[in-house]
Amino acid sequence: MISQVFILSSQGDHLIYKDFRGEAGSDVVGVFYEKVTALTGDQPPVVMNHGDLHFVHVRQGGLYWVATTTADSSPFTLIEFLNRLAALVKDYCGSLCEKSVQMNFALIYELLDEVVDYGYIQTTSSDVLKNFIQTEAVCSKPFSLFDLSNVGLFGAETQQSKVAPSSAATRPVQSSREQGGKSEIFVDVIERMSVVIGSNGVVMKADVEGEIRVKCFMPSCSEMRIGLNEEFSIGKSQIRGYGAAVRVDECSFHQAVRLDEFSSSRILRLCPSPGESSNEQTVMQYQLSDELPSAPPFRLYPTIERDSGGRLLMYLKLRCDLLPRSAAINVCVTIPVPRGSVSVSQELSSPDQSAELKLQSRAIEWRIPRFPGGTQLSALFKLEAPALGPAPLMEVGPVVLAFELPHLTVTGLQIRFLRLSPVQPGPSQRWIRYVTHSDSYVIRV
Amino acid sequence: MPYLGSEDTVRELRRHLSNPNVQSDPLRYRSSILKVIRAMSQGVDVAGLFSEMVKACATVDIVQKKLVYVFLCSYATLNPELSLLVINTLRKDCQDPNPMVRSLALRNMVNLRLPSLAEYVEQPLSAGLRDRAACVRRVAVLGWAKLHNLQPASEIDAAVVNELYGLLRDPDPVVMVNCLRALEEILKEEGGMAINKPITHHLLNRLGQLDVWGQCEVLRVLQRYRPQSESELFDILSLLDASLVSPHPPVMAATLSLFLVLCPDLPAVSFAALERVRGPLLAACGSASRETRFTALCHIQLLLRSLPGLMGAHYKRFFCGYAEPAYIKQRKMQVLVELVNDDNVAMLLDELRGYCTDVNADTAQAAISAIGRIGRSYSDQCLQILTGLLGLQQEHITSAVVQTMRDLVWVCPQCSDTVCSALEGCEETLQDSQGRQALLWLLAVHGERVRSAPYTLEGFIDGVRGEASPGVKMELLTTTMRLFVCRPAETQDMLGRLLHHCIEEETDMCVRDQALLYYRLLRCGMEETRRVLGGRRSEPSLGVLIGRPAEPISQWASSFNTLEPLKQGAGETETTGRASPQHVTFDLDSDLSDTLNSGAGGFSFSPAGVQAPPLTLSLSPALSPEEFERLWTQRRAPPAEEGAEELDYVCLEERIRCPAVPHCSPQSLQAAMQLVNIQTLAFTAAHASPWRVYLYTHAQQAARSALILGQLLYAGEDEDEDEAGLSEGPSPRGREEEVKVTLKQRPRDEKALQGFLSILTAVLHTLPFNTH
Repeated sequence: MISQVFILSSQGDHLIYKDFRGEAGSDVVGVFYEKVTALTGDQPPVVMNHGDLHFVHVRQGGLYWVATTTADSSPFTLIEFLNRLAALVKDYCGSLCEKSVQMNFALIYELLDEVVDYGYIQTTSSDVLKNFIQTEAVCSKPFSLFDLSNVGLFGAETQQSKVAPSSAATRPVQSSREQGGKSEIFVDVIERMSVVIGSNGVVMKADVEGEIRVKCFMPSCSEMRIGLNEEFSIGKSQIRGYGAAVRVDECSFHQAVRLDEFSSSRILRLCPSPGESSNEQTVMQYQLSDELPSAPPFRLYPTIERDSGGRLLMYLKLRCDLLPRSAAINVCVTIPVPRGSVSVSQELSSPDQSAELKLQSRAIEWRIPRFPGGTQLSALFKLEAPALGPAPLMEVGPVVLAFELPHLTVTGLQIRFLRLSPVQPGPSQRWIRYVTHSDSYVIRV
Repeated sequence: MPYLGSEDTVRELRRHLSNPNVQSDPLRYRSSILKVIRAMSQGVDVAGLFSEMVKACATVDIVQKKLVYVFLCSYATLNPELSLLVINTLRKDCQDPNPMVRSLALRNMVNLRLPSLAEYVEQPLSAGLRDRAACVRRVAVLGWAKLHNLQPASEIDAAVVNELYGLLRDPDPVVMVNCLRALEEILKEEGGMAINKPITHHLLNRLGQLDVWGQCEVLRVLQRYRPQSESELFDILSLLDASLVSPHPPVMAATLSLFLVLCPDLPAVSFAALERVRGPLLAACGSASRETRFTALCHIQLLLRSLPGLMGAHYKRFFCGYAEPAYIKQRKMQVLVELVNDDNVAMLLDELRGYCTDVNADTAQAAISAIGRIGRSYSDQCLQILTGLLGLQQEHITSAVVQTMRDLVWVCPQCSDTVCSALEGCEETLQDSQGRQALLWLLAVHGERVRSAPYTLEGFIDGVRGEASPGVKMELLTTTMRLFVCRPAETQDMLGRLLHHCIEEETDMCVRDQALLYYRLLRCGMEETRRVLGGRRSEPSLGVLIGRPAEPISQWASSFNTLEPLKQGAGETETTGRASPQHVTFDLDSDLSDTLNSGAGGFSFSPAGVQAPPLTLSLSPALSPEEFERLWTQRRAPPAEEGAEELDYVCLEERIRCPAVPHCSPQSLQAAMQLVNIQTLAFTAAHASPWRVYLYTHAQQAARSALILGQLLYAGEDEDEDEAGLSEGPSPRGREEEVKVTLKQRPRDEKALQGFLSILTAVLHTLPFNTH
């Protein structure tokens, strides 16, 4: 049971406030912001109290999404609801930021009115809601296909023939209604990997969490069939075929997915039933722990020493073990440095890389815009630190990498085909996209 | 646009709204209304525009209507009279052919929250219940709940309640769920709606048609149902099995909650359910949303209270991600501490050591105290890490390490030697009062073994004038006194200076009083001082109380899937808190020392060797299980055959009255035994009958060492006849609670064996009584 919902900007501006049950006044918004900012740390606890009113909040898009409740409700439900609300707003407004929320406040009020009644969640399916929402979304940039020619996927080089621009999937859902004939479907395979590599180079932990997301802008589609790799297997015992198996440990499906063809030919059949489907669905979620099918994408060979002048010399060799035709982009290497470091001088192997010392987080950030597979980069950092502690080498590390691997899944999961029935009239576009993000890629030094 | 104060804004907006030119242009009219709503959500008081907005309500533009309703619902309670004007428009809209308009009007009619309008609202609401369109019925059903809460005194209309019960069979799933919600609210005083067998089965059958939110609601309501027979219960449980592993965390949590409520008397079923949700919970721990991760972690902590081994194999899932916020990292470390076992301890400590140098000081301190907690079972490895961290000479790390060492030494006195040698020289790095208090406490308790203790104290005493924290001053007084007792020559002078300063110049009353107390105590003579200051030393068996046994599920079942687990502070698992351990109250503390003293029959023992003990137990050389088995069976052979050896070896059977033993968990038993250096080798499961434990130790007394092997046997009520024959003394009732102890010792040493037996008895008596 939700008493109020409000959205605050990170500066505490009231963007949206809606009271559902009249149990508390609007002054609690101020109370919440005081509590949130009074606490130290990068984010205060998810649940806070004010008298017998509980605040539950999530942070998305730099905004605070807050629900208050008086009863002891399920935290899973409240948090899932707030996340879903943020996703809906993103669907309808195109993007999630202070500006888009501010410009579309009327639409968000309308959404809230339909989503929650008297504190009870009614529906969050964007398909159902589409029939009720009348307000037009205001986009900060009008959506135009002509703009897309120079925008690449995740900033990668443009391959117009193969990939859809990432902004295409973030356009408001409603515009599909006005555009009429334009029908599109996006199938995204997104994986997040978290890896810990020990100082001796041994992979200590490797987890992959992945999902297949389908976003469908096709009015007349009644069934879609998504074919996965035939050698896809779940669990440890079951290995199919002779080729390199694509294996995951655990796998769960959306309830609308029919699995009658899954065990024989690895086909997911998706029948969006009326009233239950939404046009963005996470069709399948899967996890793989401890065993990556291939070597981890990055290895680091550090040499760290103190020179006679009291400086700390860090010579880092970073190797990318992807296949030569793929590449990692937006790689950011964070190297924590000892306390008392003042400045750094650097020698990087190419001009497009950059590195700087962030004193606040006590770390060097080394950015590599593009890092092709099979290559090796090196960097030399000379760290000026007049007041080094007695054991500075212990304070260096662990090194953390953040990156994106476009067109690639680490588990090797692929979409074999995508069939829609009945056969779609008119031109339709199907986009299948793969991307792997680093959730947490840690290399101990 | 120039900045306008709130009054100017309202005046400007009113001018716009009442401008006939604006009113005739729908787009301009709508944008003016938008401005009003925007001002409203920014917190400007726009109540003065009420009459203009009422006029704007009469329009065919649905968007405009919705915007005006947002405004009216916020301000209607301030203007009850003017709101009456709206009701006509709303009632007219309720007749509109468009179902969307009908539902909109119906919803907002009740949302005005005006009790005076109730008479106008009832008729459209009744009509709404029978509307063709599901969206109108959804609104109408909840409308009755709103209406009831507006006039809580009014009596419940039985016809409406009946109609709502009837609508539980509505084809639209949301209408059905809304009916549940409305009935629960309307019948709150009677304890909610009736949950009988037909309704329960109807709800369960329709579970599949509902979305996530509806399923959660139904599962919550069903918690009140009590199945009539066991077979019905199992039917329900098997229906719910699929939702137990649902990929949606809200459904999974609600289902588990229902499971735990439905079968409180079937622990096996509950435990099986906990095993089933392990997968989904772990998946939620890796969810993309941090808040979901956090919630899942908090609930995993609950589960671990009853099933400590649930996540053992998945400990790597709780390693912290680099970018995770501090509050998630701290929870993960708390979970990791619970998961530690012989196989993963090296890996875990390695991981935790990595967090100790985290940029965030809170995370670093949490990691250090987590290592300290693991140190209670694996002290050597942990102390090595902790000592290594002191080498960093960073103030927050050193402070956390010293505090952790203090807590650790209190529970595991056997580490005190390592700690004492590590303490030298760290006073220079310590800056905060917590850390310095911890250091002083350690010097007070183990001062006689820290060579540089007087010099450290001298430094503190020289700086006492500049000391701000009264806590540090009081600790300093106690430490100096205690050190004076054991090292008078070195400390006499500085104690005098300190007492002089505290009595003559100190302004804080507590510090001054304590100094006076010590001064007067010293005048009573050295013997008296020693007696008072000697105080309590830590009891090795304290660990038994700190090591938590597995709790029954019912302890936490009611808080599962509520906000409760998320709210508990990070200190929840840290039993010792931040104060000096002596100041922490253990309920059983005094009883425990009494038990130990009387149980040992005046036989003083101390494994740490603080005073020269008559009897020490030791675990080295270690005995492998095979070796144990060989020795045990060898000695079972009749002694007559080995006459030569008979002198060398003694066998003893004894009965100890101890009701708790067969019910306590293996972990707590093992922890208890290990603290007094008795190694348990093998044991049967907690409730098996007969229940056995095998253990061994080396008893050392006056340079003689003897190996003792032992077996604890609890045969339960159906004890064998021949066994019963051995014990003629106790009554049958008493026998049930007795544990038979068989001890074998080599070489023979009766006195040591008796001593060992009394130690064992004492330990068994301290075990927590624990029923599942």
